[in-house]
Amino acid sequence: MIIRFFHQMGSPRYFYNVAGKMIPWFMAGFLITLVLGLYNGLFVAPPDYQQGESYRIVYIHVPAAWMSMFIYVVMAVSGLISLVWRIKMTEIIVISSATVGASFTFLALATGSLWGKPMWGTWWVWDARLTSELLLLFLYLGIIALHSAIEDKRVAARAVSILALVGVVNIPIIHYSVEWWNTLHQPATITKFDKPSMDMSMLIPLLTMAISFKLYYGAVVLMRARAEIVERERNSRWVQELVEKEAK
Amino acid sequence: MSTLSLTSAFSLLLKRDLVLAYRRRAELVNPMLFFVLVTAMFPLGIGNDTKLIEAVGPGVIWVAALLAALLSLDSMFRSDYDDGSLEQFMLSAHPVSILVLAKILAHWLVTGLPLFIVAPLLAVLLNIPASAIPTLMLTLILGTPVLSLIGSVGVALTVGLRRGGVILSLLVLPLFVPVLIFATDAVKTAIVGIPTTAQLSILSAMLVGSLVLAPMATAASLRISLS
Repeated sequence: MIIRFFHQMGSPRYFYNVAGKMIPWFMAGFLITLVLGLYNGLFVAPPDYQQGESYRIVYIHVPAAWMSMFIYVVMAVSGLISLVWRIKMTEIIVISSATVGASFTFLALATGSLWGKPMWGTWWVWDARLTSELLLLFLYLGIIALHSAIEDKRVAARAVSILALVGVVNIPIIHYSVEWWNTLHQPATITKFDKPSMDMSMLIPLLTMAISFKLYYGAVVLMRARAEIVERERNSRWVQELVEKEAK
Repeated sequence: MSTLSLTSAFSLLLKRDLVLAYRRRAELVNPMLFFVLVTAMFPLGIGNDTKLIEAVGPGVIWVAALLAALLSLDSMFRSDYDDGSLEQFMLSAHPVSILVLAKILAHWLVTGLPLFIVAPLLAVLLNIPASAIPTLMLTLILGTPVLSLIGSVGVALTVGLRRGGVILSLLVLPLFVPVLIFATDAVKTAIVGIPTTAQLSILSAMLVGSLVLAPMATAASLRISLS
């Protein structure tokens, strides 16, 4: 059963159809959780006793930072799968994720520096977590640049997979940077094993936003993957039939 | 040909690359010259402030070493790619990762080791105290092979591209940063007089890790670039 599922998902045509059906659900989920999360975060949650109202940027900053790492791990895992088993669809996931990942990383850095100005009194410090997040952005940009430089897109996808795997060493460094080096950036408030040092009224909107961003990523990556499939398979019969149907 | 053992294939390839480099002695000096020139630019740009030069010294030397390594990386597989011998390595009966390691070693001996040799001179120019120079040398001998090893992956990925140079620096520089951070930190700590075992251990760990993993990634990348 499972093997059959993977076999079917490996076929671009099947993936294209399933992804097309899934995108509206992802988008609907994204919009609902976005409205809920933002409303609860910006209006319902109480102000912070130290930082006042300006802490509310956390509802964008932290989920974006989580996404920047999550997407990179997704890319590295799909890169490994596509190198080992030569599955076309995981190659497409790697390259479709790169731009979204770079955008989330940029969002995390931008909101972080907007938050840093009132709290730390500076836009930017060369602190361990900020530096490693900046490196992550450069890794994403390197992947995008390499992909666009290689003409043959199948070769490009495999080259990018290797690069994503080599760069994955940076992820644990970002994750543990605030614990290894005790610098200006505050340590993580939410860990898997401890009780979170955050009130439930603040935690729930934060987690809602995290889910919302994940759904957004799901929707965008499927859209990009569909576009990539159509471009790669443009000489196959089903794509031509699809184009004829759309043209009518 | 089929009776050639792996060790002799390794040493033959290493010897071949060293002989090729030795035949073009003028090019041998270039990375070293570049290293010295870049380092000399910093005091000129900063101005004649001894305190300031002393403070930025370790960082300047390491950034210059990074740039020199980056500049010389492109030549690692270039001529072999152009004349087709790279494809012959791929066809040989020996594991490509070991052959690649021979090429990386030869490349490091030609471009990395000279940096190590001129570094004390630059350290004196930048007012780094004599007590910290052994640490600087240690970080260079541990760190520059890591640069060659990590860089080889980037070169292998970009060797088939016509204008790979800029992309190569985009791919490789972010991966060089951990080496830069720990190496300069070690030298700065040594200047103050605190033991640097921790940083040197991490650098050694990076060297061992990249020694094991980088040749495999490079071999896989070369296969992709040549396909």
